[in-house]
Amino acid sequence: MMPNTRQTGRLDDRPDSLHVIGNWTITHYARLQAQIDAFKTQAGNGHELDRSIDLSAIETLDTAGAALLIDLLGVERMAATMAQAPELPPARRALLDTMLQAMETPLTPKSHEISKPLAFLAQTGERVEDFWKQQHLLLGFIGLILSALVTNLLRPRRWRMTALVAQIQQTGFNAIGIVALLTFLIGAVVAFLGATVLQNFGATIYTVNLVAFSFLREFGVLLAAILLAGRTASAFTAQIGSMKANEEIDAIRALGLNPVELLVLPRVLAILVTLPILTFVGMLSGILGGALVCLLTLDISALQFFTILQDVAPHHFIVGLSKAPLFAFFIGAIGCLEGFKVSGSAQSVGEHTTSSVVQSIFMVILLDAMAALFFMEMGW
Amino acid sequence: MVSLREDTPRGDDHVLIRIRDLCNRFGEHVVHEHLDLDVYRGEILGIVGGSGSGKSVLLRSIVGLLRPSAGSIDVFGEDLQALSTRRRSLLERRFGVLFQRGALFSSLNLQENVAFPVLEHLGLARAEAEFLARVKLSLVGLPANAALQYPSELSGGMIKRAALARALALDPEVLFLDEPTAGLDPIGAAAFDQLLLTLRDALGLSVFLVTHDLDTLYSTCDRVAVLSQRRVLAADRLEVVEKVDDPWVRDYFNGPRGRAARRHINSSKVD
Ligand SMILES: Nc1ncnc2c1ncn2[C@@H]1O[C@H](COP(=O)(O)OP(=O)(O)O)[C@@H](O)[C@H]1O
Ligand SMILES: [Mg+2]
Repeated sequence: MMPNTRQTGRLDDRPDSLHVIGNWTITHYARLQAQIDAFKTQAGNGHELDRSIDLSAIETLDTAGAALLIDLLGVERMAATMAQAPELPPARRALLDTMLQAMETPLTPKSHEISKPLAFLAQTGERVEDFWKQQHLLLGFIGLILSALVTNLLRPRRWRMTALVAQIQQTGFNAIGIVALLTFLIGAVVAFLGATVLQNFGATIYTVNLVAFSFLREFGVLLAAILLAGRTASAFTAQIGSMKANEEIDAIRALGLNPVELLVLPRVLAILVTLPILTFVGMLSGILGGALVCLLTLDISALQFFTILQDVAPHHFIVGLSKAPLFAFFIGAIGCLEGFKVSGSAQSVGEHTTSSVVQSIFMVILLDAMAALFFMEMGW
Repeated sequence: MVSLREDTPRGDDHVLIRIRDLCNRFGEHVVHEHLDLDVYRGEILGIVGGSGSGKSVLLRSIVGLLRPSAGSIDVFGEDLQALSTRRRSLLERRFGVLFQRGALFSSLNLQENVAFPVLEHLGLARAEAEFLARVKLSLVGLPANAALQYPSELSGGMIKRAALARALALDPEVLFLDEPTAGLDPIGAAAFDQLLLTLRDALGLSVFLVTHDLDTLYSTCDRVAVLSQRRVLAADRLEVVEKVDDPWVRDYFNGPRGRAARRHINSSKVD
């Protein structure tokens, strides 16, 4: 290439003619645009280009430069100019012709923009309506899952054991470590808090009851469920969502198969199996964390600790564990449903993954509060 | 068509991309072995080969997305893998790549997709970049209202066109096109061929064109490289490549479609 491609092209405005000179390429685009703007203001608003236009001094021209020129002169003027310029090299003429064709029709798409306050109102309305639609959809989806479950229960040949086992491993066994660690630490924290408060009453021995009671009834299942909501609901949404974006779900349907049965059932069943197990792990290691604190700081021996533990009524354990399947079902259903709502784009996968985590944690805590009320009223 | 069609002697300074002794393997699976290929300045080089013969892998290793297992690839006389990130980015700015599946950004609409490289690299104002983007979209034959649509709302052929517009966004010096006409209607494919020739003639583009489309091959390519048995079997003008003594080449060019495409081209030359 010649070294002078570095120089920006320019417009030479002479009284009788307008000369287009030099390099009109994309690397100079910003400066060329600035020149054109300056030229337009100088020529006045309704810039009448009644002078002849000379294109012979153009050195290099690419599609960006051609677009600028055509935008400046207008399609008709450019076509007329080219017709009167026999010296234009054929390759450049072909390029300009192609660009003319491309810019013949108006390029600006119609957009339906509305004013900001109105848009805000519309958005708020959409959100509220969306919320109700979501709940409606969730209920419908739960119905779908249940009906698929019932039809499949009767046909053991259609049980997808491999998928189920793989899901149990991913959602359950791979999460045991993190659940155990987290509940262990929180068990220790609860014991510390209990010890600090109860010391004032000289009742530090009740720390054991506090830890056992809270982990058996609430914390074991709640922490495991929240972890699973963050870890597994998001995974479900991302997996199903990218399949949706890639038209894989449509392919499953078109093959005459049921995506709910194929994708949702193994996941929901897997989480139904794993959350109770994780809850049990959570209860154990939470109590262990509490025990360790009691042992090290409160002079409560291990024997004492477990003797008191034996006195805590076993029905607390049942109450805690009974919530696990309920939480699991909702986490699984929300995770999968959000996946099905994904539409095409990567951004949408992200949005729905976030939404599935938020929704499932919200749902877990809401259900837990309702369950607490219920069990209290029942005196369990 | 153009002077390049005649057998001009080509010295070293005409070589734009030089591939020597390239090997690519995935685990045990060897895709390329001792592959040599030159791409000359200003030519349209067609790459043909059976499905899975490694055309896309070759393209990806040239543009630097895949580190070759062995061998060297020089582009503009420099080895991409050996360059600093900054130098490499400057060089890559002179490439335009159309991926086999379009690879449009799914969360941007078409206009934003095409304006994206312009905004990032040239620092234009958004309005200017979007004007350019709309021109490019119209250039590849998309209607004006497609500019605000998202990739998931488009047909396969429209995605290909938009991807071409993005590849052309920076007016690159080299175009890498991976099956650009697959999924286009025949009229669109013919318009594409014409656009490619116009741009090459006006801008001196070099084009690395992976294609199965025999019509595109016959009407646009200066040379054709056949990828087979892990290497480039032949890289020459079509008349020469057609006569290469290889079962795949024979079947490819002398099958019913090959004959039809050739007949069509020959008759249009007479006109
Ligand atoms: N990322 C990858 N991992 C493993 N194998 C690959 C990968 N990409 C491509 N291949 C293999 O390399 C071969 C060539 O692929 P490709 O270049 O895409 O073929 P085509 O010539 O149809 O474009 C194929 O056999 C494919 O399986
Ligand atoms: Mg390919």
